[in-house]
Amino acid sequence: MNDPGTPRVGVITFPGSLDDRDALDAVELMGGEGVPLWHAERDLRSVHAVILPGGFSHGDYLRCGAIAAHAPIMAEVAAFAERGGPVLGICNGFQILCEAGLLAGALIRNRSLRFVCRDVWLRVETAATVVTSDLTPGETIRVPVKHGEGQFVATGDQLARIEEGGLVVFRYSSQDGVTGEDHNPNGATHHIAGIRNEAGNVVGLMPHPEHAVDPDVGPTGGQAVFASLLASAMAGAGA
Amino acid sequence: MHRELGLIDEELEAIVERLGRAPTREELAMYAAMWSEHCSYKSSKVHLRTLPTEGNAVLVGPGQDAGAVDIGDGLAVVFKMESHSHPSAIEPYQGAATGVGGIVRDIISMGARPVALLDPLMFGPLTQERNRWLMAGVVAGIGGYGNCIGVPTVGGEVRFADPHSANPTVDVMCVGIAPADRLVTAASHTPQAGSLMVLYGASTGLDGIGGVSVLASATLDGSAEASRPSVQIGDPFAEKLLIEASLELVEKGLLEGLQDLGGAGITCAVSESAARAGLGAELDLDRVPLRDPAMEAFEILTSESQERMLAIVPPSKLEEARAVCRHWGLASAVIAELVEGETLTVHHHGDEVAAVPARSLADEGPVYERPVAAPDRSNGDDPTFRPFEGEIREAFLAILSSPDVASKRWVFEQYDSIVQGQTVAAAGSDAAVVRVPGTMKGIALSCDGKGRFGALDPYLGAAHAVAESARNVAVTGARPLAITNCLNFGNPERPRVMWEFAEAIRGIRDACVALETPVTGGNVSFYNETGESVIWPTPVIGMLGLLDDHRLRVPTAFPRAGLAIYVLGETLAELGGSEFSATVWNSVAGRPPVLNLVEERALLDALQAMASEALLASAHDCADGGLAIALAECAIEGGHGFAVRIGGDLPPHVALFSESASRAIVSVAPEHEAALAERGARHGVPCTRLGETGGPRAVFDGLFEVSVAELVDVYEGAIPRLLGETA
Repeated sequence: MNDPGTPRVGVITFPGSLDDRDALDAVELMGGEGVPLWHAERDLRSVHAVILPGGFSHGDYLRCGAIAAHAPIMAEVAAFAERGGPVLGICNGFQILCEAGLLAGALIRNRSLRFVCRDVWLRVETAATVVTSDLTPGETIRVPVKHGEGQFVATGDQLARIEEGGLVVFRYSSQDGVTGEDHNPNGATHHIAGIRNEAGNVVGLMPHPEHAVDPDVGPTGGQAVFASLLASAMAGAGA
Repeated sequence: MHRELGLIDEELEAIVERLGRAPTREELAMYAAMWSEHCSYKSSKVHLRTLPTEGNAVLVGPGQDAGAVDIGDGLAVVFKMESHSHPSAIEPYQGAATGVGGIVRDIISMGARPVALLDPLMFGPLTQERNRWLMAGVVAGIGGYGNCIGVPTVGGEVRFADPHSANPTVDVMCVGIAPADRLVTAASHTPQAGSLMVLYGASTGLDGIGGVSVLASATLDGSAEASRPSVQIGDPFAEKLLIEASLELVEKGLLEGLQDLGGAGITCAVSESAARAGLGAELDLDRVPLRDPAMEAFEILTSESQERMLAIVPPSKLEEARAVCRHWGLASAVIAELVEGETLTVHHHGDEVAAVPARSLADEGPVYERPVAAPDRSNGDDPTFRPFEGEIREAFLAILSSPDVASKRWVFEQYDSIVQGQTVAAAGSDAAVVRVPGTMKGIALSCDGKGRFGALDPYLGAAHAVAESARNVAVTGARPLAITNCLNFGNPERPRVMWEFAEAIRGIRDACVALETPVTGGNVSFYNETGESVIWPTPVIGMLGLLDDHRLRVPTAFPRAGLAIYVLGETLAELGGSEFSATVWNSVAGRPPVLNLVEERALLDALQAMASEALLASAHDCADGGLAIALAECAIEGGHGFAVRIGGDLPPHVALFSESASRAIVSVAPEHEAALAERGARHGVPCTRLGETGGPRAVFDGLFEVSVAELVDVYEGAIPRLLGETA
């Protein structure tokens, strides 16, 4: 185990999770301790933050994230979130958080009807979350997306609450922070790439910050996301 | 009955002689599957034996599920390529998807974790709606399966030619990494009599019956639609669980053997495992988990249901092995036991339905030395000497937008190329580069086929494919180590096709010997013809290279302005089989470029030397479309223009578009120019300065110029426009 001042970040592996190892690596690279968690257990192993990683949990059969949302560990995640613990869902993890009712809205098939894997620019909309505290609203970061069902949609009421409550965390944009269809990889409503809950401790992102921390293999826009998450986890650890 | 199963009369006689009696229905089905072209390599074996298969780094050569190469640090790279062309022609999504699944299981069965996929694809022209449908389905199938199992798809190629309208070529390569001492090989794992064969993964159903004998080992004809039930259905979620469970079984040391179930299903896995161990086996079909309890014995024996593996486990470790399967949510069942002797006996509903020597199925299939006959025809007038009176700028833009050359973004963005977090370079690089976790090393991977060259000269086409794949790896700074291949041809029963095959093998052999890249395995795909339409002889080479330090990887594109641009190698007057001739004159004619393997080897060595000293700012293979297109690609990917002057005595269109082999475009910082020239001279590689990088335009001094923005629009927009989508 690392020294007691190191934030412990749990990454849940569901059957069909794919970016779980990658998320653990990103945590370690950014100075945290990555803790593997298993979907069928009811134990968060005293972690200070939880990541629901990307992938195709249960093959995305039925509906993306629908089966994983009922995994035994999800009751613990809900309780952890209720206590204010930092929770980040990435891609399939975002879909699971929506299915579990921890975030509003849903993710449906990309407007192109095709899977898309590419680097995109994200405009920071709020610093009031556990993954953007190190960022400034209006700033843009470079992060990859890779999904077939990443088009964010919500009912009119939900959307109004999301927009009026400042719950949008990132929007797809140009490098200069201008939104537009050309910069939106999946047709997401209002170019929404990620949202938060009211308290700001639960965040879902379609883009993959864990694939944007190591400069040898990609862009570096995810470093600030992980730095923020580790800082939040640290605060939770009382350090 | 035997003919319906694909066996000829002589083969039936051989079976009767081997058994000393007439085979049962079940035995006949087993022989038909195992002696099919797909499983037995009966037409290709005599030729494949002539390939060089040994080298210092080769740990496992041909004959196992995949080849393995030592990359140092106690690690092995396992790799193999296979085709799934026939099923993809009938049902493109599932055909391609299950192709991915099958090759991934080949890698798992060696005990290696799959770390990369590459997909060389060939279709008919996109102007035809059916070809657009096939490409969309194949690409979606590769993505749908590959993206769901967490293995990045990092490369491949997409090419277009008329002969592939009736017979698209869908090849799939998978690469894995394992500790060398944990490889599951015949040498390292010795199954004992009394050990148990555990079938785990998906249950067995009626899908894919006769896949190898009916689909893969005969030409497609008007009844292709009726073959659709022979195409299997993939379940990538099950495959992902299969990967994790299999690797855990290997890591925990619970296995004496591991075999994937692919072509010929249980028959193949059980007979090969027993034959390899020098043992017999008792197989009880009543213990096979079935989707349909009414399945007959021959169906259970030959079903090609996907996502199944066979583990050989000593009885003492059975419970632990089954617990691993349970943890991953996979069903498992003991279906057979290894026994002394050589007989594979099969029971169904209490009756003995088959009793044959395991070896006779796995190793003693027929071997044919089929007649060969060179075609009696000329290649037509060589376009090299045809006068060109058109606008050279227009020709340049036409070639840049030809589907073979243009950006394949539409394809590769549908693949997850970054999962596992080790992808240093993927699409847009001549070779994909993937880090080796726990080391500073990187493996470089490229797949290359040269259809047009092969059509004109199958020997040269094959040799060029090897050379180009080695060059693609070497421009990244990597050392080419070894190849796998997928050999795509027509009907081997026709002497013309068999001649093409023999010539191609000769070309691969000569190139691999000269470049010291042994053949570690591969796959033969025959019968790629329909009626009068036969594919060009197209061996696709999968090259593995090694970078000792991935941080020294040389990028493909111009990284900045102010660099000197050089071409390494010599440009001759060679437009035979070129992209220029195909695009501008709609003609595939003449003689392909010569290939001097000594010069090629010198270029590869020079590139590695220059890269290891960090002299190169970029390096790009110069091939399809020649010098002009290679320069354009460097500008497009890098976003930096250039100004070059092409000297020499060749007519401008020949100088710009000749496809002479053994060349590369490099850019270097001014302070490294002297060193570059010195290294070039030392290796005997001509280095010719062409100009400098920089500015918003691609300037061919004295000829024409194009803005980089226009280059990007033409290059990126071509395929979306052909598909009716705006760029």
